[in-house]
Amino acid sequence: MDFSSFDFTPVWLTLKLAGVTVLLLLVVGTPVAWWLAHTRSRFRGIVEAVVALPLVLPPTVLGFYLLIALGPNGWLGGPVKAATGSALSFTFTGLVIASTLYSLPFVVQPLHSTFEAVGKVPLETAWSLRASRLDAFLTIASPLGLRGYITAIVLGFAHTLGEFGVVLMVGGNIPGKTKVISIDIYDRVEVMEYAEAHILSGGLLLFSFVVLLTVYTINRRLPIHIS
Amino acid sequence: MNNLSANFDVSFPGFHLEARLNIPESGVTVLFGPSGSGKTTLLRCLAGLERSSAGFMQVGETIWQDESRDLFVPVHERSIGVVFQEPRLFPHLSVRSNLLYGFKRIPVQERRIVLDDVVEVLNIGHLLDRRPRFLSGGEGQRVAIGRALLTSPRLLLMDEPLASLDSERKREIVPYIRRLQTTWGIPIIYVSHSLEEILQLVDTMVLLKEGKIVAQGPAKKVFSDLDLRGLITSEILGAIFDARVIAHEPEFGLTRVQFMEYQLHVPRQAAEVGQSIRLHIHSNDVSVVASPSDIRTSVLNVLEATVMEIGLIDPTGYSVDVKLDVGQALLATITRKSLANLGLEPGQKVYAHIKAIKMVHE
Repeated sequence: MDFSSFDFTPVWLTLKLAGVTVLLLLVVGTPVAWWLAHTRSRFRGIVEAVVALPLVLPPTVLGFYLLIALGPNGWLGGPVKAATGSALSFTFTGLVIASTLYSLPFVVQPLHSTFEAVGKVPLETAWSLRASRLDAFLTIASPLGLRGYITAIVLGFAHTLGEFGVVLMVGGNIPGKTKVISIDIYDRVEVMEYAEAHILSGGLLLFSFVVLLTVYTINRRLPIHIS
Repeated sequence: MNNLSANFDVSFPGFHLEARLNIPESGVTVLFGPSGSGKTTLLRCLAGLERSSAGFMQVGETIWQDESRDLFVPVHERSIGVVFQEPRLFPHLSVRSNLLYGFKRIPVQERRIVLDDVVEVLNIGHLLDRRPRFLSGGEGQRVAIGRALLTSPRLLLMDEPLASLDSERKREIVPYIRRLQTTWGIPIIYVSHSLEEILQLVDTMVLLKEGKIVAQGPAKKVFSDLDLRGLITSEILGAIFDARVIAHEPEFGLTRVQFMEYQLHVPRQAAEVGQSIRLHIHSNDVSVVASPSDIRTSVLNVLEATVMEIGLIDPTGYSVDVKLDVGQALLATITRKSLANLGLEPGQKVYAHIKAIKMVHE
């Protein structure tokens, strides 16, 4: 097998997609998870259900709606096309938006449970020591919830690596722009390039295993004990 | 002298707190009452951790809450220190970082209390580099007290800070709390349901029952308040005397203390001569003698008294409270029959015999 001629573009693209998606998910998911953990609002159930939808929906359903929304006539794609000249469907940006929605529960749920586990007690204590709400979140809740963050980052990243249906529908299959590993594998198998499919599949398998193993090991050894 | 006044009205399912609090902003104020009486809720309202829809709170000239103007100063902007039932130390920080957490967050010019002082007064120097989970309960609570103090608070709120400790650890911590008062003069509001724990601390007493304040005022007055019979646990009724140790009588196992012009005998104390000591006298341990004290009695502590007031007579019961003036108020619980036999009336000169005195060190 000659690695020098092997096209690694989909690999880098996939890593980039997963990385950007996870960063975005932390920004979006943290406030949502925080709200869910501390609110007594009656809308809480609705928000929880919406966040969990990608867990049960077929990726094609999500992909279909996103394709419409991000397309040149969509409510999101339309204005963007008017402003920039091109819609969001079949672009890397569109892919990031789709992945963010698709992997949302994998980031929000671990953060939600970690914030619930940390609870209100350390926060009240911090407030009584002159820490503002943001200060208490950053200096108390976040370090105490570190395990939740690690789990969220890893699950969000790994789940984005593994998505297929949504990226195929929203991103198309444009080499260098939207062609990620999972689609590349599909293509290779279609044209009987089993050797290449092996490299990509085996790589993904090994990578996923190593990442998950690392996380579970770190989590068990983290020196934080909430008592 | 500044006052702290507050009105709160809070409802939870099955519980309603309606409190009108007015206490001096000095010394130790104890919020006392059985569990479920609303002490902790009242403290949380004072701290700003609970916001009542109808609420008002003023400390001296500073208003922290006035719902009629929609004013509510959030917890972190109030100059308060809070000590909870458990130490609540931050597990990811060392003891030193825990202590300095609040200290770092107040303006430099407000830092009246510094780490070295707190470490010395609370005796926690050897713990500074440890992690909270390696501390005992008593050590943890001392660190928590120090952490709250290091914000140089105007008011220190303590919610049953000894509740999670065994009695030995309690005895270990109480002197430290008294010392905070003498060292820095920070007013303390202290929640408790244990008489033993508060006797040596209390200056102002606030009694709560079923979400209402039934009495508040100087402890000496409240402990001898006739009207409280039946409203609260009778264990507190009687009097507290502040006395001074004058001599020990080791041959009899007694210690002699000076209270006003009287010398009283109490069980042998470890206290040194000259030390202040607080005595609690339960009204059941006081009997009233009408004639001069030439009758021979086994009771050592006899005080001249004037009858001030006779409590309400419950025709179905057998006892009645009599309020005596011995230079300070003192309650005696006697039988209704004795009251009739002695023909006691306000203004009458009598003698109070005190059979037992509970001692508490300052």
